[in-house]
Amino acid sequence: MARKLKLRIWRGDSTNGALQDVVVDANEGEVVLDVIHRVQATQMGDLAVRWNCKAGKCGSCSMEINGKPRLACMTQVSAYGDDETITVTPLRAFPVIKDLVTDVSFNYRKAMEIPSYSHPANLKPGEARMEQIDVERSQEFRKCIECFLCQDTCHVIRDHEENKKSFAGPRFFIRIAELDMHPLDTLKNRKKTAQEEHGLGMCNITKCCTEVCPEHIRITDNAIIPMKERVVDEKYDPVRWLGSKIRKREGIV
Amino acid sequence: MSGVFSPTRAKIKERTLRTDKYWLQPAITFGVLFSFVIYATFRAFEGANYYKDHLISPFYSPCLSKACVPEATIFGWTPVSAEIFNFALSPALIILIFPLGFRMTCYYYRKAYYRAFWMSPPACAVAEPHTKYTGETRAPLILQNGHRWFFYAGLVFNIILTYDAIISFKSVEGEWGHMSVGSLVLVLSSTMLWLYSLSCHTCRHTLGGRLKHFSKHPVRYKLWSWVSVLNHSHPQFAWYSLAAVAFADIYVRQVASGAWTNFYFF
Repeated sequence: MARKLKLRIWRGDSTNGALQDVVVDANEGEVVLDVIHRVQATQMGDLAVRWNCKAGKCGSCSMEINGKPRLACMTQVSAYGDDETITVTPLRAFPVIKDLVTDVSFNYRKAMEIPSYSHPANLKPGEARMEQIDVERSQEFRKCIECFLCQDTCHVIRDHEENKKSFAGPRFFIRIAELDMHPLDTLKNRKKTAQEEHGLGMCNITKCCTEVCPEHIRITDNAIIPMKERVVDEKYDPVRWLGSKIRKREGIV
Repeated sequence: MSGVFSPTRAKIKERTLRTDKYWLQPAITFGVLFSFVIYATFRAFEGANYYKDHLISPFYSPCLSKACVPEATIFGWTPVSAEIFNFALSPALIILIFPLGFRMTCYYYRKAYYRAFWMSPPACAVAEPHTKYTGETRAPLILQNGHRWFFYAGLVFNIILTYDAIISFKSVEGEWGHMSVGSLVLVLSSTMLWLYSLSCHTCRHTLGGRLKHFSKHPVRYKLWSWVSVLNHSHPQFAWYSLAAVAFADIYVRQVASGAWTNFYFF
């Protein structure tokens, strides 16, 4: 059964903008992206919204719904009360382009700064062998759909624009963790660069990235904290440092 | 203007548009932790009512000061002077830095108090009030990287507090095989402390998390798997253990001061 839904949609661009109220029909089982499309079709023909799969797998329709970073295609209208007004805004950590569309190119620049997988020189194509238990930790991080909700909610860059130069953000800490935990990756200095170039030390573990992840990746517990502990192994643990010098170990196997 | 009010971002004047009670959890965290700090400070300086009939308060164990009640010491070992610069030093003040340091640097408590006390941020997607932020890259917060040292110290404390719980199964006359309400309180306290320590992220890392090849270390992989299960509940164990330790201290204090009688089941 259709209901009249009260929506407040932010409309504007990088120079100006405001929240605009609309009332739109919403049918049972619909998600916020459905009603935004209905508004676009019936009331605001030039409303800009980015979307693609409508199945929570492409990460395109990231926006903030009642102040929370969410995927519009995975947010049920029925989760909100009949009298409630749903406020929809663009991601507030990134420059706005138009209406609900933001410029997320910051994330692509950061992606390029992360050194890619480094294959062992002595293994020819087809010779690599890995056991499942050695790769399952990294596989959790491969679920990332790059919606950048974690980046949006991270206060290190959301509340401090100046930190964008030196902070890669949670999405890229899971990328670094994925590679550092990879059984065949041979790059030695991932921990050092994570701390010194990508700003791992700026994270203060407030776990907002984990709270908003639509893929339920335990970003903080399984990627960021393990990486922080690995950095401690190398930089802040004199006993382990001494052990590595005495035994001349190349690293943990 | 920085953060969500930066020139290129959507022009929205509110610091947050969240409509839920996002302030409730940090407010509760603040209230509970602040109350604990006040109580712990009072008890640390009190220097009395920490031992009675084989019950010793976890705030005062191990009792290492020459000012300790002899029965509360570990085999009479009291290496620390009772006063420093003519200032009478409570036995608790000598040791509390270790459990305090363990909790202060704990990855879960960091989240809790950064949100509740420092509002960095107060809640997810709620703009923080600070104009600058450097995280844990500089002093004093870079010291958070010393968590593992407090973890190791915490394990030693857990062993001692478990020993305290075991000797509480003595009667007033010192005979084994008796159990009182105090025994249960100390067993609960030490059990919660073990669960809190073993579910710790540093424990998880030390046992197996730092490995690159689990397949070459099956025992450590199994240990890591078990700790990973516990690790899911680390926040709960953090609170339960805090409450259990506080209650154990309150109980021993009340018994030692004569306000409560320690009931023996057998």
